[in-house]
Amino acid sequence: MSRKHILFAAIALLLLIFVPMGQKNYIIYVLTSWLMFSIAAMGLNLTLGYAGQISLAQASFMGIGAYITALVTLAGYHWVLGWIAAMGATFVIGLLLGYPALRVQHHFLAFVTLAFNTLVFLVLRNEEWLTGGSHGLVGMPRPDFFGISTGKNLEFYYFVLVLFVISALVFSWIVHSPWGRAFKALRENPVRAESLGVDTRRITLLAFAIGSAFGGGAGAIMTPLVQFIEPGSFGLIHSLKILLMVVVGGAGFYYGPMLGAAVVILLPELLRFTEGYYLMIYAAMVIVLMVYSPGGLIGLGHKIMARVRPKKEVRKDMAKGAQL
Amino acid sequence: MTETVLSVNHISKSFGGIHAVRDVSFEVSRGEVLGLIGPNGSGKSTLFNCVLGQLRPDKGDVHINGHRVANMRASHLNKLGVGRTFQQLSVFPQMSVLDNIILAGQEHHGTMASRLFGPSDAGLTEEADRMIAFFRLEHLRDEMAGSLSYGQQKLVDAAMAFMAGPSLVLLDEPAGGVNLTMLANLKERLETYNREHDTTFVVIEHNMEFVMSLCTRIIVLAEGAIIAEGTPEEIRSNQQVIDAYLGG
Repeated sequence: MSRKHILFAAIALLLLIFVPMGQKNYIIYVLTSWLMFSIAAMGLNLTLGYAGQISLAQASFMGIGAYITALVTLAGYHWVLGWIAAMGATFVIGLLLGYPALRVQHHFLAFVTLAFNTLVFLVLRNEEWLTGGSHGLVGMPRPDFFGISTGKNLEFYYFVLVLFVISALVFSWIVHSPWGRAFKALRENPVRAESLGVDTRRITLLAFAIGSAFGGGAGAIMTPLVQFIEPGSFGLIHSLKILLMVVVGGAGFYYGPMLGAAVVILLPELLRFTEGYYLMIYAAMVIVLMVYSPGGLIGLGHKIMARVRPKKEVRKDMAKGAQL
Repeated sequence: MTETVLSVNHISKSFGGIHAVRDVSFEVSRGEVLGLIGPNGSGKSTLFNCVLGQLRPDKGDVHINGHRVANMRASHLNKLGVGRTFQQLSVFPQMSVLDNIILAGQEHHGTMASRLFGPSDAGLTEEADRMIAFFRLEHLRDEMAGSLSYGQQKLVDAAMAFMAGPSLVLLDEPAGGVNLTMLANLKERLETYNREHDTTFVVIEHNMEFVMSLCTRIIVLAEGAIIAEGTPEEIRSNQQVIDAYLGG
């Protein structure tokens, strides 16, 4: 990671530490939601943005993670156990969901994952004995760590910030490792990747499994954040919302999902002064962005920088004449 | 005694009523540069795909370095020491030239776990830089592969095929769409690599000049069968070959 990136990350972290101080509970709640959805979107960014595998099921993995954590903490165990169980279970289920991706691609794969999201929603709603059905589960406690409570909203925000930083570091580590290179190769040219020894089957499954585990981890945060979970929070519309975060921010860019989650979670709040029009304005802004910059906000930033900065001479061989 | 790297034994392959390849057999020794030529529809690509394990022949089998390769996945074949280039450009456009070359070698280093927990370049930057220098691409090392010219991307593609130190490289129309200056450069690099590493090449090519000057032995296919085999000089004067190409 370059010095410029480290400096940017340090400034962003300082802002994340100081911005919520002195804010009202609602603002802190919205910021905490943003951090939580950023983690879920990071996972989808790995599956979709880096590995090129479409998934419309990220909210279902949040749901699985949230319910597992709820059941574990309601049974009297510590949240950390629920978090580990949530990530472990969603990793395995994500691995299984990856198998159809070995056979079908693009919109067919989108339908497979969409069906999975619906299946999870129905299980959460219908299996009342386990999930509480439409009434959901309530009363999950916020965890304590060595006597330090996360009960108050600001305390809980900092707890989620720590998890966000850990997730961002793990995400960075994965995408900058040879695995990350193999994920990108899978996205750009799977046939060529396979011919170079990349086991594209294994890499596809891992892309789904790791991305889903991030979703499960985000779900484990949702349980103590809202302290009430019900199936409607994990329906298809929420998977589409997470997809929107990745696409608006910039799929395949490291900071894309964080920026996208900020737009999807924070922008509607900022536009509330327009009263009844805020959703229309928000929708129009997303349409315009997607038309002019399919690479999302980060892609747009790159386009602007390319115009501002002098063009890079790529065909440097031409400096010495036509050698090639 | 010469070591056989590729052994094709009585391969036949039909698609419906069309006999694409008919009882083709040949062997390629270590260090040899074999050209596979023939008019369109002569069965070159089908044979190539049978050799690469992507098509299962109806009869016969293929052995590479002593391993039978029927239905073998391309990644396994690569681990057996087989490199290849594609007829179409096949670099990873949104990765730098350096990352393209490292990717081509990383799966041959360490384990799945070490590729996650080890260094991000899999310890291959030095080796990749040597390969980049060999193909004279130093000035493009950090550029996105997709932003290079067609000829430059062909060179990156070739460098990727050689990065894992293969014993056999299959080159599918390496000269296609490449200008003359670049072609001379590519040919010279391939000859040098072959001389320095004793690597075996099998080349499918339509450019006669290129194939005649690069290959040590040539096999000519027509209607799925071998009609001639020999040195470039022998092939040039073979009446059957002339007839096949001129439709005589």
